[in-house]
Amino acid sequence: MSDEQTFLDALSARDTRRGAEPTWIAARRQAGAARFEALGFPTRRDEAFKYTDVRAIARGDFTLAQDAQDVAPLSPATAAALTLPLEALRLTFVDGIFAPELSDLAALPAGVSVEPLSQALADNHEAVGGALGRLAGVDFSPFTALNTAFAEEGAVIRLAPGSVVETPILVQFLSRANATPLMSHPRVLIEAGARSQATVIEHQVGEEGAANFSNLVSEVMLERGAILTHYKLQEASLKDLHVSSLHIDQGRDSRFTSFNLNLGGSLVRNDIVAELNAQGAETNYFGLFFAQGRQHVDNHTLVNHNAPHTFSNENYKGILGDRAHGVFNGKVVVRRDSQKIEAHQSNANLLLSDRAEIDTKPELEIYADDVKCSHGATTGQLDEEAIFALRARGIGEETARGLLTLAFAGEVMDQVALDAVAERVERTVAGKLPERFNLAGLVEVAAALDEE
Amino acid sequence: MLEVKDLHVTVEGKEILKGLSLTINPGEVHAIMGPNGAGKSTLSAVIAGKDGYEVTSGSITFEGKDVLEMDIEERACAGLLLGFQYPVEIPGVKNIYLLKAALNAQRAARGEDEMPAPEFMKLVREKIKFMKMDSSFLQRAVNEGFSGGEKKRNEILQMLLLEPKLAMLDEIDSGLDIDAMKVVADGVNSLRDANRAILMVTHYQRLLDHIVPDVVHVLVDGRIVKTGGKELALELESRGYEWVLEESAA
Repeated sequence: MSDEQTFLDALSARDTRRGAEPTWIAARRQAGAARFEALGFPTRRDEAFKYTDVRAIARGDFTLAQDAQDVAPLSPATAAALTLPLEALRLTFVDGIFAPELSDLAALPAGVSVEPLSQALADNHEAVGGALGRLAGVDFSPFTALNTAFAEEGAVIRLAPGSVVETPILVQFLSRANATPLMSHPRVLIEAGARSQATVIEHQVGEEGAANFSNLVSEVMLERGAILTHYKLQEASLKDLHVSSLHIDQGRDSRFTSFNLNLGGSLVRNDIVAELNAQGAETNYFGLFFAQGRQHVDNHTLVNHNAPHTFSNENYKGILGDRAHGVFNGKVVVRRDSQKIEAHQSNANLLLSDRAEIDTKPELEIYADDVKCSHGATTGQLDEEAIFALRARGIGEETARGLLTLAFAGEVMDQVALDAVAERVERTVAGKLPERFNLAGLVEVAAALDEE
Repeated sequence: MLEVKDLHVTVEGKEILKGLSLTINPGEVHAIMGPNGAGKSTLSAVIAGKDGYEVTSGSITFEGKDVLEMDIEERACAGLLLGFQYPVEIPGVKNIYLLKAALNAQRAARGEDEMPAPEFMKLVREKIKFMKMDSSFLQRAVNEGFSGGEKKRNEILQMLLLEPKLAMLDEIDSGLDIDAMKVVADGVNSLRDANRAILMVTHYQRLLDHIVPDVVHVLVDGRIVKTGGKELALELESRGYEWVLEESAA
């Protein structure tokens, strides 16, 4: 039996168990399945997967959590420990299944709706059908096709024009350690109305030892003047397999900022694609990937400057230890009529061991002549002189290395406005450092003393 | 306090220190002078624990403890602090963070609690004023974009805050104009007390006008060939090193 057939069989089995669905959904599932069958899992011969071998997924035998027999529920204490400690509107999925008891939408402000996909479909499936799949078609990749065939659950976030949501919206995907490997294909849809503003966090996290496969597809639409900050904090277990694609469609004067922070997973592949469709649209990609052991993390980003006067800025930092393998591929496409655009890209990598590996590739396709573009990639090691200088002041070696590793990520981490997220990153990347987060307090003390 | 006995050190297979002995007592200020390549910087680097120096024989003890058995950070916490000739830039690490982390690491090593933030800031501000530095330095990355003089002041600032028992200053005067030299010297002099000692490595007499030593050593070809009082430095300044060499050869 081919690798693909295992997944197609799981799909057929699911189709017989699932209740009746609107015809458009059934048709999309069929289209997704057909496309997946035709494409098959990518191999290293495919340019987009040149450095990433997905056989660990293709050869896996994963069960949908809905169909699994022997899954222990996640204890509330475990769920609480995994949850980011921050005040948020929270939507929780456990191995792809909505967990209302772990969700909290009580404080939902006016003009904002946050629902599980199943609920949004039950309420008004036609309102979902128009937007869903518009950006992430089945042709994008075999994984998107697979997601389209399987997707039943996920999040639908809608911001009415002019609505400003101060509280972050947290969509968390929890993964359980389980005897049977599970799979999930969640789908996220974010529609940000004109001049709306919000922060959305997608958080992948799980129990230690979880060895599941999650295949997430997110679609984000920003209408005129909308401002959206999107965090992806991927802290999956070191055995988890994770694939995601994030598709963004930007209207005039909209601003999208992505933080793609990857700390976990054994095999991780993220795609981010932004379409800058009208002038004034701006997109910022900040990324950090930290991998050790034999972790493999692949980030592919793409910005399509489809209109003049559009801006993109990208800064990705990779930190790789042991025998970890990182991939960064950043592509920028400037259409012929997209004059006066600006596109900047930078990728810096820190190798903490001789056996760690990075493949980094900037790709610029520029068909306009009046543009401002830059790109650069560097790879280096920790500065041993600096480690000595810190230790020579009494700071322990581990702390010194942690401090310098974190300093390397500084340009990206300084932009992270959510302390709860920054602390998770710091703990993983640098270990426990002495009170970095109290520095802000120190500055205030200094200012107060200045006034004396 | 510090006892260096018959120290032999090689760097990349080449012997640099060839049987150096030195005793420093609390309250004393020692200056080590000598021509280029004599091994002046090697001594302080070995005491601080820098990589790449192989001690082939001899010993270093500090307050009775074997320094060569201690980790770099242990030496610093024990009160042995090296002021660098070329302070390294540490992008992304704020000065204030370095100061706080270092002070608290040293306090922890002594079994003391962390210093509360207001007390810490008060102390830092007092010291930074003394060094005639702007408080904006605290928010800047360690030494990044600092001028030569600013880097040296920053080294002394760290000394003032960490209050080492033995401060080792490696060519702290190099690249300083006279105003900066005075500030740095004032900083170093403020550390002088009956329980502390200072070891300066320098080329020039000029520094010793501002930080007056109790003992001056002449280091030539890996050995201390002459030891005297502060007047020895003046003599070296006017007569050079040749006569010392001749005298020691005789």
